[in-house]
Amino acid sequence: MAALATEDARQILSERGAPVIMFDHVHLAFDEKVVLDDISFTLIKGHTKIILGASGSGKSTALKIITGLLNADSGVVWVNGQRVDQLTENEMMGVRADLGMIFQEGALFDSLTVRENVGYKLYEETDMPLEDVDRRVEEVLGFIGLAEHIDKMPSELSGGQRRRVAIARAMAFKPSILLYDEATTGLDPITATTVNDEMIKLRDLENVSSIIVTHQLRDAFYVATHMAARDRDGTIRIGPASADKEREAEFIMLRDGLILFEGDADALRRSTDPYIRAFLS
Amino acid sequence: MAKAAALEVQEYVFLVRRAFAGLVTRPIYRHDIVEQLDAIGAGSLTVVLLTGLFTGAALALQSGQTLDQFGARPVVGRLVSASMIKELGPVLTALMLTGRIGSGIAAELGSMMVTDQINALRALGTDPVRKLVVPRMLSGFLMTPVLTVISDFIGVFGGWIVARVRLQVASGLYWSSVLKGLYMQDIWMGLIKPFVFGFIIVTIACHVGLRTTGGTQGVGKATTVAVVAGSVAVIAADFFVTQVLFSLLY
Repeated sequence: MAALATEDARQILSERGAPVIMFDHVHLAFDEKVVLDDISFTLIKGHTKIILGASGSGKSTALKIITGLLNADSGVVWVNGQRVDQLTENEMMGVRADLGMIFQEGALFDSLTVRENVGYKLYEETDMPLEDVDRRVEEVLGFIGLAEHIDKMPSELSGGQRRRVAIARAMAFKPSILLYDEATTGLDPITATTVNDEMIKLRDLENVSSIIVTHQLRDAFYVATHMAARDRDGTIRIGPASADKEREAEFIMLRDGLILFEGDADALRRSTDPYIRAFLS
Repeated sequence: MAKAAALEVQEYVFLVRRAFAGLVTRPIYRHDIVEQLDAIGAGSLTVVLLTGLFTGAALALQSGQTLDQFGARPVVGRLVSASMIKELGPVLTALMLTGRIGSGIAAELGSMMVTDQINALRALGTDPVRKLVVPRMLSGFLMTPVLTVISDFIGVFGGWIVARVRLQVASGLYWSSVLKGLYMQDIWMGLIKPFVFGFIIVTIACHVGLRTTGGTQGVGKATTVAVVAGSVAVIAADFFVTQVLFSLLY
């Protein structure tokens, strides 16, 4: 029963400014190597948290702890009002119902078509009628502009298309939190911008809270400094974010398992820390 | 080394326990079970038919020559049926399945591990053991005996071709000898062993596949380990199961 959020918690979580993910003094080490050392941060509902850092700095590990794919050695992790560090694998399934994750390289199921990949959770794990699932899959693929690829196999798609299908798969069941693990790494700048636009659209039009793990500074700043809006004719427009909106995107810089910096895009740009300066240059 | 081996055994036992729990509790992925029954059963038919046919034929040739020394060529069918049904049919079918299914499962699950597809399954709310291991375990358990029976029949048939064409033994004599050489206990032994072998082959392959690390090189290594460990386990299990069945049936 501890796994179930109480009514009070649900009430709090439904309000603006509610903390949807909380990392509290999390520590994880693999043998002698400390991956996360006393890490604490909070993701606010509808906001974006961008975790930067060099390879091996523990960025992806943090996402895996949030989804319960890895367990921390110590510390407390809250997701949507549930303390996930104490849950069993079976209990985590309930938490994952509202949590989507986009893996590095997409991690699409290569034996399934794009339709089956995107609708996987709805086809396999829900009782939703097939026609409704098909409709939702087509809607989601339309949203990310890949409707014409619905019956293709993942091997027939380009790298960028695969990442976008991975985003479609993660958003198909309408989770309120999305976790992006290096979603644009290895993509050319134009394709990366397309993927970034999808993240912005989901955040601003679908009110999805997100954690973006990346070491691509250009993409991180793009997501933090842009916003999406729907025109009266239904056209979606991506443009520079207002100052308030920019502040909703918060950066964390990890180095050797420690938080080196936490703040908005402006504060990151103004940082005088030599490591951050080197990272930004 | 010993600690690592003990850890492997422990993880294997945990996997098997979770798979058994997945067999009797929901959700059960029925279409995956049907898919695996087809892939493991129908997909292995050709290799099992060819192995059985040539094993039976070679057995008839060899035993025909030996029996000639005692003037007992007409009883070649008895030797072929007893050997095929009690020992060679189950063991050779299992070894062929280890090569075909064991390697395939380890490579498939191993690739899914190193490309994060297993993690993606978990993140999407699917238990990989229920989705991937249970259907394969059930299919291996059920289809290995079916394939073994087919292999036994085709082996005896291969023996008949050699007995008829090369050894000049009359068909009637061969078939009556086949039946005379068989006892109910032999048939039970030939039927029980493949259940054990099928279970061992698939669970070892799943265990190895799901513990794959190290990219494509790791997948190759996992495939080799699954085949080697599966083959050794089948032969070792054959000895122990035979011992147990001897004490129970004879």
